[in-house]
Amino acid sequence: MLSEGGYFMKGMAMGGIFCLLLSLLGSFRPGVESDTDSHHHHHHVQASGRDELRRFSDTEMQKLRNQVQVSCIIMVQPKILAYWATALDTWSKHCDKAVFYTSESTKALEAHDLNEKDDWTRLRKALKHAYDNAGELRWFFVAQPTTFAIIENLKYLVLAKDPNEPFYLGNAMKSGELEFVSYDSGIVLSYEALKRLVRVFQDEDKCPERGHALWKLSEDKQLATCLKYTGVFAENGEDSHGKGLFNSKSVERLMADSMQANPNDVVAGCCSDVAVTFNGMSPNQMQVMMFGVYRLRPYGHDFHDLLEFKAPEGSDND
Amino acid sequence: MDLFLILNPGTLLITVKCCSDQPKVRCKMTMQSILITCSPFSPVEHNSQLGNSSRTTRILCWIMTGPKNLESRTKHIRETWAKRCNKVLYMSSVETDFPTVKLNVSEGRENLYWKTIRAFQYIHQHHLDEADWFVKADDDTFMVIENLRYTLSSLDPEKPFYLGRRFTPFIRQGYMSGGAGYVLSKEALRRFVKGFDSGNCTHFSTLEDMALGKCMETMKVEPADSRDVKGRQTFHPYPPDHYLVRQPPRPRPWYLLYDHYAPVEGPGCCSDFVISFHYIYGVQLYVLEYLTYHLRPYGYKYRFNPDERIILKTTTDTLYEPTSKHPIDRFNNTDYT
Repeated sequence: MLSEGGYFMKGMAMGGIFCLLLSLLGSFRPGVESDTDSHHHHHHVQASGRDELRRFSDTEMQKLRNQVQVSCIIMVQPKILAYWATALDTWSKHCDKAVFYTSESTKALEAHDLNEKDDWTRLRKALKHAYDNAGELRWFFVAQPTTFAIIENLKYLVLAKDPNEPFYLGNAMKSGELEFVSYDSGIVLSYEALKRLVRVFQDEDKCPERGHALWKLSEDKQLATCLKYTGVFAENGEDSHGKGLFNSKSVERLMADSMQANPNDVVAGCCSDVAVTFNGMSPNQMQVMMFGVYRLRPYGHDFHDLLEFKAPEGSDND
Repeated sequence: MDLFLILNPGTLLITVKCCSDQPKVRCKMTMQSILITCSPFSPVEHNSQLGNSSRTTRILCWIMTGPKNLESRTKHIRETWAKRCNKVLYMSSVETDFPTVKLNVSEGRENLYWKTIRAFQYIHQHHLDEADWFVKADDDTFMVIENLRYTLSSLDPEKPFYLGRRFTPFIRQGYMSGGAGYVLSKEALRRFVKGFDSGNCTHFSTLEDMALGKCMETMKVEPADSRDVKGRQTFHPYPPDHYLVRQPPRPRPWYLLYDHYAPVEGPGCCSDFVISFHYIYGVQLYVLEYLTYHLRPYGYKYRFNPDERIILKTTTDTLYEPTSKHPIDRFNNTDYT
């Protein structure tokens, strides 16, 4: 009788320890920086094709065009001053509103000094500030100045989407079970997504201000985790053919990759005609990019786009 | 129509001398409040209407190449911009299935002018009637043929013209940079070949572009101004980053020393309708192809629309006064806004 009871107790103890181990491992999972971030996109948002856009009347199109306004949240640091200055002189001019948030002040350029060294905490403060000062703007684009963005193409992507629905878009990646939008290719948030995010910021359990103490999650994964609690999920931004619009690599890198992968159709196999972001370009390359995107073209080609975006005032490089 | 006096009480008195000395160039005159402006290009048609009924500008491109560059460079040109020429010939020392034309010249830097002479002679002999304009490019040149066509459309190929990036030294009338590519009109090609037939032109130097420029001068072929209506360059002997990156005011860097027209650094350097860039290999070629023909800001209204817009000038001086009699050298000063 005693021996049976002994086995039972041993069994219980082993089971208990095993269970404990499992639950501990389980809670460690989201923190692991996975090398195998995959690109299986269960969620994706596509730009509207021609047919879809043609269904709108002229007045409806005008209304959509006037409503799609982008507030750019650009996270800078003095140590990347050249990029900061370049973003100021190039793509950020095409945002309806562009606010630069810095980790510390510098005499060289002006920005909102959030007085915060921690990257995640600083991002939270910037997002809250942008939300509090949103005004009429309903779309938010978060990027570092090391990213180059084409805001018109961002507007084209979200043109017929309702900002009162939660959208969290960009280059969607997967780390274990977590699907997140990669920071280096820009993060797009609709007004509703930002509203929910700002609300969950107040929940120290779900979305701690200093991040998880034991391990340091990158800001983009922290963001995804917090948003997930509010029922908002990362979605991959794509054109109407399913090609990704947010790129973590430069045009050059992507083209070199395409020369290997599609030697007979290098350009078509590379990148979307209406790509929104590229990453990994030097400040000088970004200046060339402004010319390449906004000016260089073959005479006589007309794309017959269904709406019009005007060139920004007082700019000479676009 | 020579002179117009506009009197607008209380504002400006402007006299306009409009396009009258440009024989083949159509003039558009419009009134916009107090200013009358002149646009040398017809707003409707850009195809040459010179005597013949509407015919498009036919361009023959020849690429200076060699056996060791076919796979690494010329192949990619064939995949991209060469398709837009009406006819393209790849000139080499060896005949291949690429296809390349065999010129009786060896490879090497010192033979570049011989190659050029033989190439133009070959084209004159076999393909003269297939085109109106004859373009030479290197196997590391990127060209936008549509923009070349646009620039050429207002010129008469039966007149002796050639265009490119004009350099000043060595030749009195200057010469066109070889790397940036240059174009000869049909008459210019005839004269070049005649020059060698008659002995007026010789292989006096191995510097292909300069030597050709000398022959052009000898045979009275005029260097035309390839810049756009805002005075911005279209042919470029170096990659885009050499020109577009903003610089503080400084003396000319070495790669701009030869320029005939005062070069501009920064965004004002280059026309939207660029014709060429040079030292463009492999990946860069595809990158430029992507930026030119594919990537665009959806719905963006381009600032520079030479057809739609009126070129406004706000001075009270004569708006357009060519300092040379020749209609081609439009901007003989450095003040263009």
